[in-house]
Amino acid sequence: MTLALTLFTLIAISLGAIFFLAGTVGLLRFPDTLTRLHALTKADNLGLGLIVLGLLPQVDWPVGGLKLIAVWLVVLLAGATVGQLMAKAARSDAWNGSTDLEPPR
Amino acid sequence: MDIADFLLAAAVFVLATVALGLTRILRGPSDVDRMMAAQLLGTGGVAALLLLGVATDMNAITDLALVLALLAAFASVALVADARRPEPEPVPDDAHPEGKTRT
Amino acid sequence: MSAALIVDLGLTLLILGLGVWTVAARSNNGAVVGYIAYGLLVALVWVRLAAVDVALTEAAIGSGLTGLLLLGVATRLPRSARLTRPPTGLGTRLLAGFLSAAVAGGLAAVVLLLPDPAPTLAPSVAANLPATGLGNPVTGVLIAFRAIDTLLESVVLVFAIIGVWSLAPKDGWGERPGWLRPAPLGSALTLLAQLLPPIGILVGIHLFWTGATAPGGAFQGGAVLAAMWVLAMIAGLARPPAVSRRWLRLMLVAGPALFLTVGIAGIWLAGAFLAYPVAYAKPLILVIEAALTLSIAAALGLLLAGPPEHPSAAERQP
Repeated sequence: MTLALTLFTLIAISLGAIFFLAGTVGLLRFPDTLTRLHALTKADNLGLGLIVLGLLPQVDWPVGGLKLIAVWLVVLLAGATVGQLMAKAARSDAWNGSTDLEPPR
Repeated sequence: MDIADFLLAAAVFVLATVALGLTRILRGPSDVDRMMAAQLLGTGGVAALLLLGVATDMNAITDLALVLALLAAFASVALVADARRPEPEPVPDDAHPEGKTRT
Repeated sequence: MSAALIVDLGLTLLILGLGVWTVAARSNNGAVVGYIAYGLLVALVWVRLAAVDVALTEAAIGSGLTGLLLLGVATRLPRSARLTRPPTGLGTRLLAGFLSAAVAGGLAAVVLLLPDPAPTLAPSVAANLPATGLGNPVTGVLIAFRAIDTLLESVVLVFAIIGVWSLAPKDGWGERPGWLRPAPLGSALTLLAQLLPPIGILVGIHLFWTGATAPGGAFQGGAVLAAMWVLAMIAGLARPPAVSRRWLRLMLVAGPALFLTVGIAGIWLAGAFLAYPVAYAKPLILVIEAALTLSIAAALGLLLAGPPEHPSAAERQP
């Protein structure tokens, strides 16, 4: 049983780390702002989610586990809404392609 | 391998990848791209902190991760809002030589 | 342990790189984003140094709220000041660089020249902590052993508010702060501002309460509370209160005033300024921390809300 749980931890956390890598690669390699945003949200939701899932068997219940889930829920909520806001900002003309020297206005 | 070692290694890996993403802050091109890099760093920081907290058995680190998650959300919102709000120019500057159009 | 060494080296290099970029950034907004990321990494360094208390403060105040304060200032600079490089000559910049290098060198020398083992007051803190009834030595130092520093810090926040408020335009005095006008960002923001603050308020109170025995405390809790308040104001769910409101002013001074009152009472009750009667140390400290948390939350929120403005200031701009 302990071995199964440990294995579960290893697999889930490895998958989560891979999603973080994927999110970063997407953020660096995708061609425009909106596709990059798409990549970012995967790291936010799945990467952290899988890591939290993998950590759950390793902490004390209930306080430690519930706290981990709470952290994930906060990031999930924030990621979903902030993603919307950033997409809105990216689509508005004032922002799209603004360079270093142009204040976003 | 000890499970704590694995967790520590995972924390390092996540931090390193997220740090790689920070080059978006340098390259931009738009401020939204920069915010995305900061947001990714926030989430990655939360993940690394959670891993670190369990690996070193320090419960307080989970609290820190919770605070970080809350404030990262708040900071992202404020960053977008500050740039999007139709903001009055409080000081009459040389862009408006006639000064303010006060009524 | 080599894995830990790699983390530390990597963190150090990242912080240095980000610091250089923040200083050299060509846009103010980009520099602020860099600064926030920098603060986040510094918080991670504090975790590596096993100073979770400091990491919490750095994440909450150093990175989060200070970054947003800078951002607020950056977006309000006159356009001309925003677009051009700072009008400093090469000589001034060289001098600034030289002074910074001197400070860094001085700090490095002090660290390297420390006697081994370094002088420390930690044992005496540990020995005297039981008298305060607290379990967290950091809170013990902040509220009991070095209470005068914390008292002055909380007073400085009140002065900062007075400073911001004195920037009010002539017709703005007594009105509502004008920097946090609701942003037209739609229902996603409204949803976030409805769901996040209840969680944040709980976390803020938890931080204050747990500060007695574990990392946390008034400043960290207050910062989280302030962030939630500002979030509600940005979403338009709450309006910044007019600065002439009596309850607001009472809230701002409640923490420092109570701290000072208990401190002065200590002269008679415990024989020294800012000393607590041993039997009541823990409850007194908790009450002071609670009042400080409220005052700090109000002060930080109002710092971000900016100086008061006449209500028509928004419409009369071009």
